[in-house]
Order: sequence, then C-alpha cells, then structure tokens
Amino acid sequence: MESFLQQLINGISLGSIYALVALGYTMVYGVLRLINFAHGDVYMLGAYFGYYLSRAVQGKTPSHILDAAVVMLLSMIGCALVGMVMERLAYRPVRKASRLTLLIIAIGVSLLIENAGQLFFGADPKFFPQLIPETHVQMGGLMVTNQQLIVLFTALALMILLNLFIYRSRTGKAMRAVSFNLDAAKLMGINTDRIIALTFALGSALAAAGGILVSINIPGIDPLMGVMTGLKAFVAAVLGGIGNIFGAVLGGLILGLAEVMVAGYGSSTYRDAIAFLILIVILLFKPSGILGKGQVEKV
Amino acid sequence: MKRILYIFGVIGVLALLQWGLTAVLLDGPVRQGPYYYQILVLAGINIILAVSLNLTNGIAGQFSIGHAGFFAVGAYVAASVSYYGGSAIRAAVSFIPPMGQDAVVLLIALAAAALATALAGLIVGIPSLRLRGDYLAIVTLGFGEIIRVLILNIDAVGGARGFSGIPKLSNFFWVYLMAVATVVTVWNLVRSTYGRAFLAIRENEIAAQAMGIDVTRHKVLAFVIGSMFAGMAGCLFGHYTMYLHTNSFTFVKSFEIIIMIAIGGLGSIEGAVLGAVLLTVLPEAFRGFDSYRMIIYSLALILIMIYRPQGILGQKSLFGKKRRKSATIDAGPTGAKSVAAETGVAGKQ
Repeated sequence: MESFLQQLINGISLGSIYALVALGYTMVYGVLRLINFAHGDVYMLGAYFGYYLSRAVQGKTPSHILDAAVVMLLSMIGCALVGMVMERLAYRPVRKASRLTLLIIAIGVSLLIENAGQLFFGADPKFFPQLIPETHVQMGGLMVTNQQLIVLFTALALMILLNLFIYRSRTGKAMRAVSFNLDAAKLMGINTDRIIALTFALGSALAAAGGILVSINIPGIDPLMGVMTGLKAFVAAVLGGIGNIFGAVLGGLILGLAEVMVAGYGSSTYRDAIAFLILIVILLFKPSGILGKGQVEKV
Repeated sequence: MKRILYIFGVIGVLALLQWGLTAVLLDGPVRQGPYYYQILVLAGINIILAVSLNLTNGIAGQFSIGHAGFFAVGAYVAASVSYYGGSAIRAAVSFIPPMGQDAVVLLIALAAAALATALAGLIVGIPSLRLRGDYLAIVTLGFGEIIRVLILNIDAVGGARGFSGIPKLSNFFWVYLMAVATVVTVWNLVRSTYGRAFLAIRENEIAAQAMGIDVTRHKVLAFVIGSMFAGMAGCLFGHYTMYLHTNSFTFVKSFEIIIMIAIGGLGSIEGAVLGAVLLTVLPEAFRGFDSYRMIIYSLALILIMIYRPQGILGQKSLFGKKRRKSATIDAGPTGAKSVAAETGVAGKQ
C-alpha cells in the first residue's frame, strides 16, 4: 500500500510536467488548429536556458529558493521570446496554407531547434546543477523529497495562474474568442495577431517551466530530451480533448500515472507504449478526447 | 502480349543495370563506389515508401503518420522468414542453382511481408479510420510506436540487441523492380474506379458517400494497400542492410516519408518519387558542411514549405498530359526545376 502511494506521488509529479507541456500544445491548437511539433523542443530549450542561467545565478542571491525562482523566471521569459519569434517567422507567413503544410513546417522547426541545440549545446548530456539541496520529508509513512513537492506545487501554481488569466482577464477572454472563431474575433476588433503571438509566448513559458522542473528531479539534460516528452505531452493534450485547458491537465495526469504504474508494476520496456495504448482506446470510444466536444458535421 | 514484353523489358534493363553497377561501383575503379551504390538502393526503398504513403495520404486523403510501423512489420517478418526458414526453403528447391534459391527465399519473404503488413494495415485501419484529420494522424502515430515497442520486446527477433545475421538477398535489381511495380500499381489504381473513389473521398467525403461510394471500405482498402507496399520495402531494406534495429523505425522515419511526399507534391506520384530521391540524396550531398548539415536541411524544408506549400510538382503530372487537356496543365512550371529556382521565383511574387 505504501509503495502504491509512493508510486501515486511519482505519477502525479510526472503527470504535472506532462500537463504543463500539454497546455502549450492545446492552447496553440485552440487558436491556430496547428500541432506545434516544435513545442517539445522549446521544453528542451527551457531546460538548457535554466542550465546556463543557474551556473550564472547560483549563489548570488540570498537563498536557494530565490536562486531557483530567478532561473525559472528568466528561462520562461527566454522561451516566451523563442516562441514568439517562431510564430512570427515560421507560422505567420503560412497561416492560410493547408494543415499539412503547417504540420511539415512545424516538423522542420522542430528539427532545426534540435540540430541547432546539438551544435551549440553539444550532443552529449549535461548535468543540471542542483539548485535546491535535496532533503527528505516524512509524510505519514511516505518518504518524499522536497524537490518532488516543489515540482508539484510550482506546476499547480502555474496552472492556477493560467486558469485565472484565461477565464478572468480581458486578454484571456480575447484568447478564448480567437480560439472559438478567429474571423469573428477579428470582426469584434480583437488584434488576433497579437493574441496568437501571446498564446505562443504563454505556451512556451509553461514548457520552459516544465523543462526546469523536470531537470530539478532528473538532472540529465540533452538536446533530444524534448522529442519523447513533447510527443507524450501532445498525446496527453489529445487524450483530454485538444483545445481544452482542463483536458490537457487531466490528460497529463492520466499519462503520468499510467506510465509510473506500468514501470512500477509491469515492465519498464512497455512504458513508452502505454501512453499510445491509452490514447487509442479512449479515442475509439470518445473520438474527440475525454473533455473534447464532438463536432457535428454539416453539409 | 505487349504487357508481357514490357515486363520482360523492365526486368532485362534492371538486370543489365545491376550487372553494370556491380562492375563499376562495387568491384570497379570508382572511389567510394559502394557508398554511391548504397545511396541508390536506399533511394529505391524510399521511393517505394513514399509512393505507397502517397496512396493513403495524398490520393485517398487519409492522413497517416504511422508508416514506419508497417515498414518495421515487413522488415521483421521477412527477416524472420529467411533467417529461420531460409535453409528449409533452400532444401525444398535444391534442384535449382544457388542464385535461383536466393531469389526463391527472397520472394517468399516478400510475400510473407506483404501478407503480414496487409493484415496489420487492416487491424490498424478498421478502428482508426473512424477518426478524422489530426485525430487519425495521432492514432496512426500511436500504432506505429506501439508496433515498435512490441518488436523491441520480442526476443526471437533480437529485441533491444537488434536482429543480426539476416542473409543479404536484396540488391539494386530487386529494389528497383519493386519500386517500378509500386509506381505502376499505384498509377493504374488511381486511374481505375477505385482510384476515382479515393479521390472523391479526399475531396469531399459526404459528397462521395452521397454518390454511393462505400467510404469506409475504400479508406481501409487504400490504407491496406499502402501498408502492404511499405512492408515489402521493409523486406528489401532488411535483406540489404542485414541488420535491423527498432531505432530505424521510430516516428521520425514516418515524418521523413511524409516530408518526401509533401516536398514532391502531395497526391502526385512523380512528386513522391522526386521527393524520395531528393530526401535521400540531399542530406548526403550536404555532408561537406559537416555539423551544419542538418541545420541547412531543416531550414531548406521550412523555406520550401513557406514559399512553395504545394510541393515542387504540386498536383501536376509529368506524363499523362494527353488525357487531360485542361488549361491548368500548361500553366506554371511542369518540369522538375531545382529547389532554389523554385523558391526564388515564388519569393519575388
């Protein structure tokens, strides 16, 4: 029972990272109907920005927590800029093109970031500096590390902030309008280009946060770390119903839990397949994801 | 009669080429000859993959990104047939010379691969093709990855160690014979009743249904035929490289095949062939740029898609102009111009 609870915590911790990355996929899909395959690589960039920043920042602020906060904030801003540049240069020129064209460009951007990463950061894995010294916390009969708790609470806080932004602010309302109907939103006087750029910035910042949080738990980072995580986060977004914010969080948690449970109680070699298996089973019964709205086709 | 002549003509020409290439590149004076030979063979395998995926994606309009999964099924099934059953087959046909025995083993492996992948295509296709667009894409991607992980866990085919000891049975001749067969089959299929139905489904599914086309049946058919050819490409690949590892069959390989057909022009058979050749040769040609190679490659990909989203050939057909005398054929470039020229022209507009 205790080991089950332990696995549960590990699963939620992994799931909240998937959820953070999945949010970016789902937001961009919501406004542009684009699967931004480069999103996983923004997550990788976030981890690398964090790596270089923490070497510069570490020890210069009064506390470890402040160190980590500064690193995280700067890395999120950096990735937000990358996201906006990406949108401006690669996606905006082809906004009217077919979905396939957009998809191929997204794959191209993803390849570009991965290969540039290998060139500039080096292809071999780097060891992410320990920003916060690890301590163990006894909770009931369970042992959790303070790092796991930090990951969990930061992810939760970011999701609550995002939720407040989208559902309580004017800009968030505009974002929802754009995702509902781009042309109608334009007619209502919303600067859609700016909203789309903002969506990319927000999604990329969340991916950067995910990249740093994952590196706090598992310190090895490499330029291809975003490929599998990105894909699984995308699966999480589709699973929950792509375009739906709560769906992304739900999908991320389901995937994280499923993976940890399969690795813990089954065979870890099947770990990578379970995400897709769950996805296929759910889509067969609910073709637009768990929380997605079914679309009625009109002639 | 004419048809039989054609078939023997193609076989003859390919056999002659095989003999010539062996003499010049493999045993001959050319420096790096075997390297060029390998590029040629891999280009042929990519042609089969691209043309077959083009049937599913470009012509029937069912967006699949799990092609590498079927490629893998074919490769592993065929390799197991010749690895475990090769000596039995040879013993059964011991009355013919060794070269003929090789051919028999390869043909049986090819048939097994085709059968297995057609079946896999059916199993994946029937449930997936209920879905549309992005959902279909991600489910096929998921199936591709599941197939890969399953193979990784089968110890009889090497598992994580990879499958080694596969006899070298395939060569330029077999690969290009299969490539020609794929192109001819897809070409004829597109011009048949089935092909018209595929196109109708791609253009408007509801209208196609209203015209009495059994949409599900045709979608599954296109999917199964596409996977079958991918499986045969897998057979030829495994028997050429003599070693298989699941790392060659990740979703990245599926992306690569999609890029080939998108660069060439989605839905155009010549485009798929051109895209396959370009995407095999270009990365090799860029080797001089060393570590910048893949950066140039990805930048080129983005620029081509921004400035020429319909692909190099678009929907156009290089041959077969006689049948369609519409004005669209004459408009715009019909030849395979260089990528740079194309993007340059489009950029000025």
